[in-house]
Amino acid sequence: MKKYYFDHVATNPLHPDVLESMMPYFREEFGNPLSVYEYGMKAKNAIEAAREQVAALVNAKPAEIIYTSSGAEANNFALRGIGLARQNEGKHVLVSRMEHHSILNAARFLEKSGFTVTYLPVDKSGYVDPATVKKMITRETTLISITHASSEVGTIEPIQEIVKVAKEHNITVHTDAVAAAGNIPVDVQDLGVDLLSMAAHQFYGPKGAGALYLKQGTRIVPLIYGGIQESGRRAGTENVPAIVGMGKAAELAKAELQQRMEYLRPLRDKIIDTMTEVERVYLTGDRNTRLPGHASFCVEYIEGEAMLLLLAAKGIFSASGSACSSKALKASPVLLSMGIPSGLAQGSIVFSLGMGNTPGDVDYLTTEFPAVIKRLREISPYAQGWGDKEEGGSCTVKK
Amino acid sequence: MKFVENVKPDVTTDIVYMMCPMHLLKLEEQMKELDPGQILEIMTDYDGAFEDIPAWCSKTGNEFLGVQESPDFFKFYIKKGTR
Repeated sequence: MKKYYFDHVATNPLHPDVLESMMPYFREEFGNPLSVYEYGMKAKNAIEAAREQVAALVNAKPAEIIYTSSGAEANNFALRGIGLARQNEGKHVLVSRMEHHSILNAARFLEKSGFTVTYLPVDKSGYVDPATVKKMITRETTLISITHASSEVGTIEPIQEIVKVAKEHNITVHTDAVAAAGNIPVDVQDLGVDLLSMAAHQFYGPKGAGALYLKQGTRIVPLIYGGIQESGRRAGTENVPAIVGMGKAAELAKAELQQRMEYLRPLRDKIIDTMTEVERVYLTGDRNTRLPGHASFCVEYIEGEAMLLLLAAKGIFSASGSACSSKALKASPVLLSMGIPSGLAQGSIVFSLGMGNTPGDVDYLTTEFPAVIKRLREISPYAQGWGDKEEGGSCTVKK
Repeated sequence: MKFVENVKPDVTTDIVYMMCPMHLLKLEEQMKELDPGQILEIMTDYDGAFEDIPAWCSKTGNEFLGVQESPDFFKFYIKKGTR
């Protein structure tokens, strides 16, 4: 059976050129970048060349890029590292309610360590309102962390405006750009952020490679103690092949960004336009200011898991809520934070497109998915007599 | 240990929270950039620098001027030698 992969926010396949760039570092170029002889120097040169490529993707200086093992590590590093580095100035941190678990759970760690964390509300489209940010700032606030783009509902946040508010109060700003970097233009100078997280596998690079942009002159307490890798900020022998792959993937993403966005947008729009025609299927997130390959919905009277299983039986692979929420079988905190009732949030589904998807794939999806919905509603006890129910009343995001 | 105040550095390097032995690597790197007689200020939270930086200075012919304590970190002052 042909397979249709619509879960690119979970991960992406490696770009063939990325794999090729990595291969020598699995084999003959196995050196440790800290070694002073030829093998070490070659490995060191390779990770420094990649640093330039990664920096260029987000318009940073190479020295402002710290390699990590993942986006989650970069997020943990940012929250804990800045929180602790500035704790003598204040112990108040702001994050939005729709952050990834790697931000929310790091924020909980700070709370347990004596910090106060304010969880900012989002509106029905998933936006953080800069005016709300301003209201929540206290004299103790040292750090704000807001996602650049939500992997769950696709909404792109007004980071520049939030930074503007934060800078009036000398607050450090971090953005989790794991879903954004390599998929939409991300420029740390334009955004004005102090820290930014990214992950290579979100732009056709390898897993196990992430990076934290740290603006020059920003102090951060390390997350991993050890040697002098990454200027003594992140210890551990570098994952050289993965870093090289991340560099190559960043170079390709930068070069092909516009082309990729232009390819994905019409495919995304076709899914959104077709699916919102189906009765009681609602788009989640903003209609226009969203990731180019991202289409997410809440389907009334059906559980996300049931849709995933039936779609998978047709070779269609997608996600419900975030990857973690999907496994934990609970309503997504992101959707709940947007005011979507928990019953409806159970019916969440996310289709995320990649360069491997063709218009034919989207045609298949938009034909098969309504049939799956129909089938599930026929057997859903919740759907009995649903035609009599008051219109909506359930989802705040209307088609 | 010699404690000083109001030293006017020519160059400042902030390596607060960077792990050992960055204080020595950065010190060496920065000193190469300085002219004889110029003063480097290194800001670090690493208390091992109390031993290492004066020792490095005497070994390399640079003058250790002293240290100033701040609430969160230390400022080490080194004057570049002539050799």
